Amino acid sequence: MTRRYSALSLLKEGLTGHRGWAPAWRTPVPKTSYDAIVIGGGGHGLAAAYYLAKTHGIRRTAVLEKGWIGGGNTGRNTTVIRSNYFYPESVALYGLSHRLYKSLSAELNYNIMFSPRGMVTVCHSEAEMEIAARTVNAMQINGVDAELFSSEDVRRVAPIYNFSPKARFPVHGGVWQPSAGVARHDAVAWGYARAASGLGVDIIQNCEALGFIIEAGRCRGVETSLGPIRAERTGMAVAGHSSALAALAGFKLPINSYALQACVSEPVKPILDTVVTSLGTGTYVSQSDKGELVIGGGLDRIPSYAQRGNLPVLETVIAGLIEMFPAFGQLKLMRQWAGIVDVVPDSSPIIGESPLPGLYLNCGWGTGGFKAIPAGGTMLAHLLAKGAHHPISRPFDLSRFAKGRLIDEAAGSGIAH
Amino acid sequence: MQLFPCPFCGPRDETEFHYGGEAGNVRPEGANVSADFWANYLWFRANPTGPSREIWMHMTCGEFFVMTRDASTHVVADSSPNSGREP
Ligand SMILES: Cc1cc2nc3c(=O)[nH]c(=O)nc-3n(C[C@H](O)[C@H](O)[C@H](O)COP(=O)(O)OP(=O)(O)OC[C@H]3O[C@@H](n4cnc5c(N)ncnc54)[C@H](O)[C@@H]3O)c2cc1C
Ligand SMILES: [Zn+2]
Repeated sequence: MTRRYSALSLLKEGLTGHRGWAPAWRTPVPKTSYDAIVIGGGGHGLAAAYYLAKTHGIRRTAVLEKGWIGGGNTGRNTTVIRSNYFYPESVALYGLSHRLYKSLSAELNYNIMFSPRGMVTVCHSEAEMEIAARTVNAMQINGVDAELFSSEDVRRVAPIYNFSPKARFPVHGGVWQPSAGVARHDAVAWGYARAASGLGVDIIQNCEALGFIIEAGRCRGVETSLGPIRAERTGMAVAGHSSALAALAGFKLPINSYALQACVSEPVKPILDTVVTSLGTGTYVSQSDKGELVIGGGLDRIPSYAQRGNLPVLETVIAGLIEMFPAFGQLKLMRQWAGIVDVVPDSSPIIGESPLPGLYLNCGWGTGGFKAIPAGGTMLAHLLAKGAHHPISRPFDLSRFAKGRLIDEAAGSGIAH
Repeated sequence: MQLFPCPFCGPRDETEFHYGGEAGNVRPEGANVSADFWANYLWFRANPTGPSREIWMHMTCGEFFVMTRDASTHVVADSSPNSGREP
């Protein structure tokens, strides 16, 4: 059986009809107890299980996923990875993530196709340029690569953008982060799953968490659709469904669930080699390796658990795209979908022990947690292993709401994603 | 496009409406409100997967009202004027 991926193993398998590949992860029957349980087989849950095994040597771990791994937001997002944050707490968290992403393919022996192709946020007025200058200064002070772009600079990286003087949103300049980029979202989930499974982690799909085993006021495991599974420590990383699990554990979260949608065009030849977002339209776009344009925008404005977007928002997003790139008006849309995202009032994640002792939270990533998967996993693994915060996760504890120590990135970085 | 029923204007496009929050979230009064209680009022929500009573505003007529809606199916069960007692 071939387990390690390399050019050599590909050649060898190619010559022998590709019959020797081992499944990427095992499909185990759940045990009755583990050292740790992670609920949610998205990027954050799988990464947490991986780092728990790799960094902390805790390998008797189960990941419980109610559907298939990566079937939540991790497999539905537009894969933009950047670190455009304002507050030092956020920069520490997302900066760690960005660094881990750079070496993740080698770390996991799985090509996640990380492509740091640069991202430009286009500004359309002098007022927006002032905010852009503030953002760039904040990023530079925090040690993140960023440049203030003139309209000529924008033209250099995105020549097909709408530079017409008659444009509804004329180009004044923008913010450029050269190290921002995209990655293959499924590969991030699959790569972590494969590496975690290789270290002994049980990845259990089609297993829904239905409740918690609570004894003497402590979480001692999970009631699942496959029966009770016990563990002294449980983590949950279920994104838009966090409030539902919290209700089962007997507490509330500062989260509202909304649908965030995205769509892709038919594939075309290479035409756009950066990520472009516009402050005026709120639409952003990149081109995938297959040639499809990957298009996203703002949230649906109606609280929802239905994993499909509504049409008015799709119309706004597409109208924005055509304003930015009139040439794209000729393309057909191939697919449109939505994920349920966990929106927190200060647009920062919640990481830490929950009000139910023994149950740890990783949620609240909202519209922008794909870029944070390696760091979110590292933080949840640390909490599960040590029962205490990593210095980077401490500011993101749930207690920040009662203390009034919000990390308001909607106001700080001004950008939802 | 979904149609929402305004109790005053009848069925109208969803884009005319603005979500105002979960119904029954009462602002605590007095000087001795604990930080936890305040935080609960300001930030913490039930955010249910099923039926929910919600405050909505019909921006066209400017009226606030209570809509009972299922967050998973988007089916509206009831829409009624806000008696003035619910925040
Ligand atoms: C359209 C869209 C575009 C986005 N674009 C970007 C972007 O460009 N850049 C970026 O950084 N972020 C983006 N995001 C956000 C990003 O996708 C998420 O923040 C991130 O994927 C969250 O990962 P997760 O592992 O926490 O959640 P998920 O990947 O959603 O995983 C949670 C898992 O938990 C499972 N689950 C839920 N309840 C239970 C239960 N009771 N029992 C067992 N399992 C359960 C679900 O089935 C799911 O698989 C986007 C999101 C969407 C929807
Ligand atoms: Zn009305």
